[in-house]
Amino acid sequence: MTAELLTSGARELAARMRAGEVSAVEVAQAHLDRIAQTDDRLHAFLRVLGDDALATAADVDRRRAAGQPVGALAGIPVALKDVLTTKGVETTCGSKMLEHYRPVYDATVVERLRAADAVIVGKANMDEFAMGSSTENSAFGPSRNPWDLQRVPGGTSGGSTAAAAAFQAPLAIGTDTGGSIRQPAALCGVVGVKPTYGLVSRYGLVAFASSLDQVGPIARDVGDAALLLEAIGGHDPCDSTSIPTPPPSYGAELERGVEGLRIGVVREFLATEGLAPDVRARVEEGIARLGKLGADLVEVSLPHAAYGLPAYYLIAPSECSSNLSRFDGVRYGLRVPGETTEQMMARTREAGFGREVKRRIMIGTYALSAGYYDAYYVSAQRVRTLIIRDFAAAHEQCDVLVGPTAPETAFPLGAKTADPIAMYLQDVFTIPSSLAGTPALSVPVGLDDAGLPVGLQVMAPVLGEGVMFRVARALEADLALDLTPRGPHALEPPAGGPGRHRELVS
Amino acid sequence: MALTDDDVRHVARLARLGLTEDEVGALRGELSAILAYAERVQTVATADVPPTSHPYPLVNVLRADEPRPSLTPAEAISTAPQAEDGRFRVPRIVEEVEP
Repeated sequence: MTAELLTSGARELAARMRAGEVSAVEVAQAHLDRIAQTDDRLHAFLRVLGDDALATAADVDRRRAAGQPVGALAGIPVALKDVLTTKGVETTCGSKMLEHYRPVYDATVVERLRAADAVIVGKANMDEFAMGSSTENSAFGPSRNPWDLQRVPGGTSGGSTAAAAAFQAPLAIGTDTGGSIRQPAALCGVVGVKPTYGLVSRYGLVAFASSLDQVGPIARDVGDAALLLEAIGGHDPCDSTSIPTPPPSYGAELERGVEGLRIGVVREFLATEGLAPDVRARVEEGIARLGKLGADLVEVSLPHAAYGLPAYYLIAPSECSSNLSRFDGVRYGLRVPGETTEQMMARTREAGFGREVKRRIMIGTYALSAGYYDAYYVSAQRVRTLIIRDFAAAHEQCDVLVGPTAPETAFPLGAKTADPIAMYLQDVFTIPSSLAGTPALSVPVGLDDAGLPVGLQVMAPVLGEGVMFRVARALEADLALDLTPRGPHALEPPAGGPGRHRELVS
Repeated sequence: MALTDDDVRHVARLARLGLTEDEVGALRGELSAILAYAERVQTVATADVPPTSHPYPLVNVLRADEPRPSLTPAEAISTAPQAEDGRFRVPRIVEEVEP
């Protein structure tokens, strides 16, 4: 029974709670127990909100019993990346700078989750201030990949994707600046969506790079990811970059199949040096299946995509150096005393920020400094224009584009920490959509030769989430993969689960 | 672009970021390598291509100026490391001047 509650998706759980087969409290308790049994090894969470979760679930049960209306996510456990503010609850961004910071307001996304009666089970681990590709930059220790506890879950939303993959929560919220939802989703074998820039409010999202940051859903299947995006998306007057559009509704569009759609295969992505051969093979097989399902496959080119990564590593650090200037020891977070205000600020920032955050502040400050602004920052913004034009031209020929999400599968902890550029290369396929502001998702497409998950990326034009979900759903339904983490170093599946998992328990 | 230790210290000062000498040395190499990589953008970023600062064209977004509940002053400073009389407290930033 308990194992079934854990392996069920959000829509299935919602249906069973509606039918009165199980209560929201039972669902919440099952997930909290699973977290208690596994998170000492997985470390997906920085903080588990057990009492709050059970109180919210009890309230859902009470209202349902009284015949009162409940929200679209009533009683569904959600893991929330610790970069979104929660009123009165520590919001650390994985940083010592904010170790004891308790915000005085909820992010809009959090308000919407509460309004939908979702049960927030905890704050998920992440790379410090959402900078990294492995969660190894968390000041509170890395998360692990449930498929192999000696490997990274990807990042920066690695806590969120690990929690979803490990059955600690059916839904999770992540954020994506250059790939931070899609890459860890690929490495953990779950669905991760970066929506169109501006579809989801950034109010209460601690800013990293404001022209790129976007909140998005993580789930174990496409339908659940769409459900979560419906709950959090739509215009917010508190965010001036929010697109004036009502909350999205995808509904039956997901099941319409790919027949008649034109799908662009990005030539440069598949030819990229450093793309692992088995990742490439799985992605090509997935694309071929889309062709068999009736899609019209077209080879397309994004000629400037190769310049996306260097442009990103000027734009994102520049915006970060400005955004993170707010952490000055005055209004919130850490303060290290000093003789003067300037000394206090420099000491606070020295003690509060980790290596990667310092590195990016330094790159950004340098790129924006007198004499270098045009050569670096403005040049990068020109490349951004070229990439937007590339996407526009490609979408004239096709409805969506496809390619790999990440160049390789989950790597061992410590494998890339000594070489920043090797780590940055994890995001080579996800950054172009981030720069263009267009939606993209990662959907599992199989396992590599070592038995680790591979993600296929689907990219769509602005506000093209509907067709993007449709393609991903068609592939998911055709593949019908078993995405229960397994292997010699995998986290154990929920006890007493379906028969096919039994041998892995013993 | 090869940076010197003094370049690193200058940028750190601009960023109000304290660094140990070890960090200065490490960052000199890392920043030089990252900037050398990032400089690739200059080969295609010609002057005839306009820069894009923001991917979705929304400008001068306004909303109705209607009163609504907001944080109280006490809430607004409740997260401050040091506060006094309803204000954020910092080390002295203006020298005392003899009258």
